[in-house]
Amino acid sequence: MPSDSLIKLEGVSVYRRKQLIQNIQLTINPGEIITVIGPNGAGKSTLVRVAVGLVKPTEGKRIVKPGLRIGYMPQQIHIEPTFPLTVYRFLQLAHRAAPKSTQASKQNQRSKLKEQLSEVGAAHVIDTPLQNLSGGELQRVMLARALLRQPELLVLDEPVQGVDIAGQQALYQLISQIRGRYGCGILMVSHDLHLVMAATDHVVCLNQHICCSGHPEAVTNDPAYLELFGSNENLNLALYTHNHDHHHHLDGHVISEGKQDIDRPAEPNATRETSDKGGQDK
Amino acid sequence: MIELLLPALLGGLGVSLIAGPLGCFVVWRRMAYFGDTLSHSALLGVSLGFLFNINITIAVSFLCVSVALSLVFLQRQRFIASDTLLGILAHSALALGLIVVSLLDTVRINLMAYLFGDLLSIGYSDLIWIYSGGLAVLLLLARYWEPLVSITINEELAQVEGIPTTRMRILLMLMIAVVIAVAMKIVGILLITAMLIIPAATARRLAKTPEQMAALASIFGCISVVIGILSSALLDTPVGPSVVVGSAMLFLLSNLFFGIIRLWQS
Repeated sequence: MPSDSLIKLEGVSVYRRKQLIQNIQLTINPGEIITVIGPNGAGKSTLVRVAVGLVKPTEGKRIVKPGLRIGYMPQQIHIEPTFPLTVYRFLQLAHRAAPKSTQASKQNQRSKLKEQLSEVGAAHVIDTPLQNLSGGELQRVMLARALLRQPELLVLDEPVQGVDIAGQQALYQLISQIRGRYGCGILMVSHDLHLVMAATDHVVCLNQHICCSGHPEAVTNDPAYLELFGSNENLNLALYTHNHDHHHHLDGHVISEGKQDIDRPAEPNATRETSDKGGQDK
Repeated sequence: MIELLLPALLGGLGVSLIAGPLGCFVVWRRMAYFGDTLSHSALLGVSLGFLFNINITIAVSFLCVSVALSLVFLQRQRFIASDTLLGILAHSALALGLIVVSLLDTVRINLMAYLFGDLLSIGYSDLIWIYSGGLAVLLLLARYWEPLVSITINEELAQVEGIPTTRMRILLMLMIAVVIAVAMKIVGILLITAMLIIPAATARRLAKTPEQMAALASIFGCISVVIGILSSALLDTPVGPSVVVGSAMLFLLSNLFFGIIRLWQS
């Protein structure tokens, strides 16, 4: 084990009346983005929960760098409607629980939290109740919360769940920028490799055990991957890429930006069809 | 008149003060049925207290605490859902309590007083119990407020951030057990949960932060105690139910108020 790796899982298996994950070997190094993909029930969340220490491995070992600061973003959290909580108070709680060295003084707290929010593009929601946020805003706030701890390792379980396609791309871009800025290692779960490809160094394809892993380009051509997900050629899907070329105000009306022709309809070439070979399966 | 009502008033206010913040947790964490279970088993505590001739408040606290602790462990198994488990415990404890009461032929117990409360029988020794128990709970709440709020928002997030979640959950259950033991005298076994949840629910729409909601719940609880005692003194209604009805009226009024505001705005 190189002394500088953040977390190392050695032969980790988890059983809970049935096998959840089996014999996982995984090393997370600083500054590295690892994406776990796999079908439903493959144990992706279990793997992540072992990594952050929420689940104890039934077999195998989890070796953690001493004093490792982990920022965790669980799958979409549900906030009880009966719980009055603004984004500011939500972040404040995390900030006070964070290591002392990362805390701002009381007077600077609000500006520091606001700064953290603007870094993830969510400064405008600082006084909004958590329950009123959109899916994308909530995920950005959760990301800001995880970053407050100045994490060395950021663990994201399906960070784009409940976010529309355009928002998903923006979020992945943001995550990749964060790695650059904080130099932290990132472990994330995704269900769509093609969306995360650009922002990933290492892909782990999971179906209880690790089917294949490696560089994203290599994994997409791996027979084990193809067997699980099929090749993209076989998808009988017409993807419509919506290029959002304008911004909306909070109430939905379009904000004009300079001379841009905002009422222009989406261009026809924004539609992209994948090849139509759906009938030729195996 | 005043001499008769003063201990009742002080006792009711003391209980409302701590029931406010704890009631918020009961509402946030959907523990209303848990509160019911503890209070139902309180009757068993009362009857055991008489049977073994020990202080009733101590017997009830002891029983509530042990029921709370056994729930922590019983909830770890997954074959029976939590609410079923709570129902089994609540009703078997209540039934067992009633049987033990009926077997006590040497003492006459005023069952109604325990089921529905007898605020006017409160003496100064009860006040000592209420205020010492209340102070202990308030100190604990102040000390552990932020971790308690964090585990209520999301337990896993709190755990990863280094908060001892199981200990905090047990602490919360124990504090609720203590409040139920001391509140029994005021509104009675069957109505305690109302004192916890109605003021908290009333406070919800007025509050922007969890702290505001806790403070407002305490205030609404105190107002309902005053309403209940006044109505009891002036109209000769039973005190416990009057407190609960007063609290329900506040809830209705605040909802009506916000309903009208919303209509006005639209």
